[in-house]
Amino acid sequence: MQQDSSNAGKNPSVFSRRGFLKGAGAAVAATGVLGAAALPTDARSSEPTTVKADEVVPLRFTLNGKSVEVKVRTGYTLLETLRDHLDTTGPKLACDYGACGACTVLLDGTAVNACLVLAVECAGRKVESVEGLEQGGKLHPIQEAFMAEDAMQCGFCTSGMLMSCKALLDRNAHPSHNETADALAGNICRCGTYFNIYKAVDRVAKSGGK
Amino acid sequence: MSIEDRKVKLVLGFAADRQEVELTIPDEEPTPWDLESKFSVVGGKHARVDALAKVTGRAKYTHDINLPGMLFGGFARCPHAAAEITSVDAAEALLVPGVKAAIPMTQDRVRYAGQPVCALAATTRQALAAGIAKVQAVYKVLPHAARIDQAMADAAPLVHRNQQSNLSGSGQPRNAETVAAELEKSAKVVRATARTQVQTHASMETHSSVAKWDGDKLTLWTSTQATFGVRSQVADALRIPEANITVICDFMGGGFGSKFGAGYFTAIAARLAQECGAPVKIALDRREEHTDTGNRPDSIQEMALGVSTDGKLGAYSVKIHGTPGIGRGAGARNPMIYDFPREMRAVAQVEVATNAGPQAAMRAPGHPQGSFALETIMDLAAEAIGMDPLEFRRINDSNPVRLQQYSDGAKRIGWEQRRKNGSATGRFRRGMGVGSSTWGGLGGPQAEVDCKIFRDGSVQVRNGAQDIGTGAKTVMAVVVAEELGLPLTKVSAFMGNTSDPIGPASGGSTTAPSIAPAARQAAYLAGRELKALVAKHLGVNADKLLMKAGRISTAEGKGLAFEEACRLIQSGEISARGKRRSNFRTYRDGVAGVQFAEVEVDCEYGLVRVVRIVALQDAGIIINRLQAESQVNGGVIQGLAYALMEERVMDRQRGHQLNADFEAYKVPGMKDMPEIECVLYDIANGGNNTSVCGIGEPTCIPTASAIAGAIHNAIGARVLSLPMTADKVLAALAQRESGK
Repeated sequence: MQQDSSNAGKNPSVFSRRGFLKGAGAAVAATGVLGAAALPTDARSSEPTTVKADEVVPLRFTLNGKSVEVKVRTGYTLLETLRDHLDTTGPKLACDYGACGACTVLLDGTAVNACLVLAVECAGRKVESVEGLEQGGKLHPIQEAFMAEDAMQCGFCTSGMLMSCKALLDRNAHPSHNETADALAGNICRCGTYFNIYKAVDRVAKSGGK
Repeated sequence: MSIEDRKVKLVLGFAADRQEVELTIPDEEPTPWDLESKFSVVGGKHARVDALAKVTGRAKYTHDINLPGMLFGGFARCPHAAAEITSVDAAEALLVPGVKAAIPMTQDRVRYAGQPVCALAATTRQALAAGIAKVQAVYKVLPHAARIDQAMADAAPLVHRNQQSNLSGSGQPRNAETVAAELEKSAKVVRATARTQVQTHASMETHSSVAKWDGDKLTLWTSTQATFGVRSQVADALRIPEANITVICDFMGGGFGSKFGAGYFTAIAARLAQECGAPVKIALDRREEHTDTGNRPDSIQEMALGVSTDGKLGAYSVKIHGTPGIGRGAGARNPMIYDFPREMRAVAQVEVATNAGPQAAMRAPGHPQGSFALETIMDLAAEAIGMDPLEFRRINDSNPVRLQQYSDGAKRIGWEQRRKNGSATGRFRRGMGVGSSTWGGLGGPQAEVDCKIFRDGSVQVRNGAQDIGTGAKTVMAVVVAEELGLPLTKVSAFMGNTSDPIGPASGGSTTAPSIAPAARQAAYLAGRELKALVAKHLGVNADKLLMKAGRISTAEGKGLAFEEACRLIQSGEISARGKRRSNFRTYRDGVAGVQFAEVEVDCEYGLVRVVRIVALQDAGIIINRLQAESQVNGGVIQGLAYALMEERVMDRQRGHQLNADFEAYKVPGMKDMPEIECVLYDIANGGNNTSVCGIGEPTCIPTASAIAGAIHNAIGARVLSLPMTADKVLAALAQRESGK
């Protein structure tokens, strides 16, 4: 899992999806644990009630500076909540298990894989996605640098790359080559734009922007 | 020659090899650009025209399409590598709340693990997963041959029922006897067997489609390399008129060959949508992307090369086995890079069917495999006759572009400091290697482009094919801006909707060289109409008007600003269509490239670090230098991964892919980057009015070969199998030690 090493673990409510099953997966897994008798015999008659992971709950958090309220199932990831229920499709679903970084968002300033965070973990917290980088019609310097250096090809990894870069630059305005490599180690670009991403980070660092 | 045709003189080639040619071109064609052309936009470094959409998250990919009432579609898949299907029953799945429809995918036999047997649509991702788990399929499991060694073994289970053997293809190739006789006579014969692995495309955006019906009209959003191909294939599959289908691909998250076809999932999405009366999205997951969307076939290539004592190539024979899975076509291509007489090459291709997902074209299909083998035998031959491997290539390669590239590349990598093979000592040993490539990539019909000039002075260029991230949209915009004498910001480019004029599938590096000339012609024709209006308004001869620096004026300066001129348009817009014509006579047939690699091998752990790659590439007349460099970098990086990291691993027992993910299937990351020096050769090839050539594919061909040569140079032993992982490097070292 990709995390800012500087902040990881400081917030007690950051926990991984690995210990927590989501949605229907939970219902299916529970069958094995609880035995078939614990589930309704007629699946059409009701939702599987024995599985707390699939309750619907209201959720409020701050998304890109605005307070949002949405009803989610407790098993929803932050990523599917953003993409399917809040039409925030900048963060991409490319692997769904924290191996590619395409869904990277900032949770209280920390870069996380939104596919590994449950939506309910975000209650009352601040989530920033690529859509929030532009402020008052002005692009963030890292966005401008990505454009100027052509740090994208197909662009599918770009949202996640940008958020990992922002998390890095927020805590370290002048990262070394190795620090950039570390911060972006969890982000895959299949087109191979890595070279230009280094250049984009360097460009921001040199201009003193954050 | 019709009355409207005209003769033009062009200077083609490049600085070191200029050729004057005379062409007759039709009236509607602008005079082709050549070495003498002066550009103001073309060849600059431009941010791509859709960069803003991509850095703000506003770019909507197929994955991002959310429609009201949209359902999620997906598949129940067979867990066995080979089985007969006794029954598939979705009745229980349909009882799961939220599951709306099930379509059994009729077949009686499955031939690879993960083959779909039933499609479902449901209101949520969770309901879909629950439904898939409830699909009851009964199988009679059969023995399988998921790996090439299993499929080639005696008494191997047959992958295809209707075949006598898993092997098919040419056992006895053309020229076999001539080549065998020539090898007998050769002063030196070098033999080796090279092996390459199965590589998967692993696009970031998985294969995906969204289908929406409006009466009998179907709209499809799909992640594709061929919008028009999808339209015709889906029309065929559903037996509906092509005229009723619109295919949209505004943004596309990675295409390396596996997204040419509509794929079974697209027609299924449409059928599910029809049955449910709601839009349906199908986006494959990461495992499905690895196992069921295509791959680059592996190869075993047994070679013999004859060479004279003075280093001239004699005869070459190669027998290639490769696996297309249950598909067809697994050739390793050995193109004529070096100067073999045609009759002195004997190439036998044998396909080995396996119980694995079908292969698909992947970035320069067949070439990286063939290159690895060919460059291996070239290096071994050079070593056998005691010749420098670069010199050996020079004296056997007559391509003027590559000869220049050998010489320029050698200087940049510092080839004169290269030591003899295996003379480095100590734990960390450095070495250098070289590899070459050839490619087509000159494009051709069919492509049509619309250019519109509006009364407010804005300009639009449109084509219905897709920009898969190569920057095709930007290429069109740059070409149009150049032709009309405008800054790039004045031109809006649109691609990815089949309502617009027809364009090519993105394969063979042909998109840019097919659409750019049509775009230029469209702008030329639209500009000519605008010039006519200006000429009439000012009372000057239209032929004397130039479009430059935002003005339409005579050489003496009599004219109008572009915006002022546009106000003369009465009808609201000028619209012209450019059509891609067949290629003119070209400077050279192919596109030439050479790459050099420097590596450092940790001889204690066998780890290879690529220090530097110098990639020298014929790039035609370069439209946008930034994008061209990005494509070279991308090709090199995929080549590097092919050399050292990527490999599909199939389980011998169960026939499953063991690493159908992003952790164990190793694609490169930020930390794997060497220094890449990209040297582009602006070559006026003359095949079309822009001299654009495609470079998406050739740059991934020779990288692994150059790296293999560098490892050989560093450790004095050849690693004959890709990927060149630590175990193989250590084994090669150990073999060298024991051979001493």
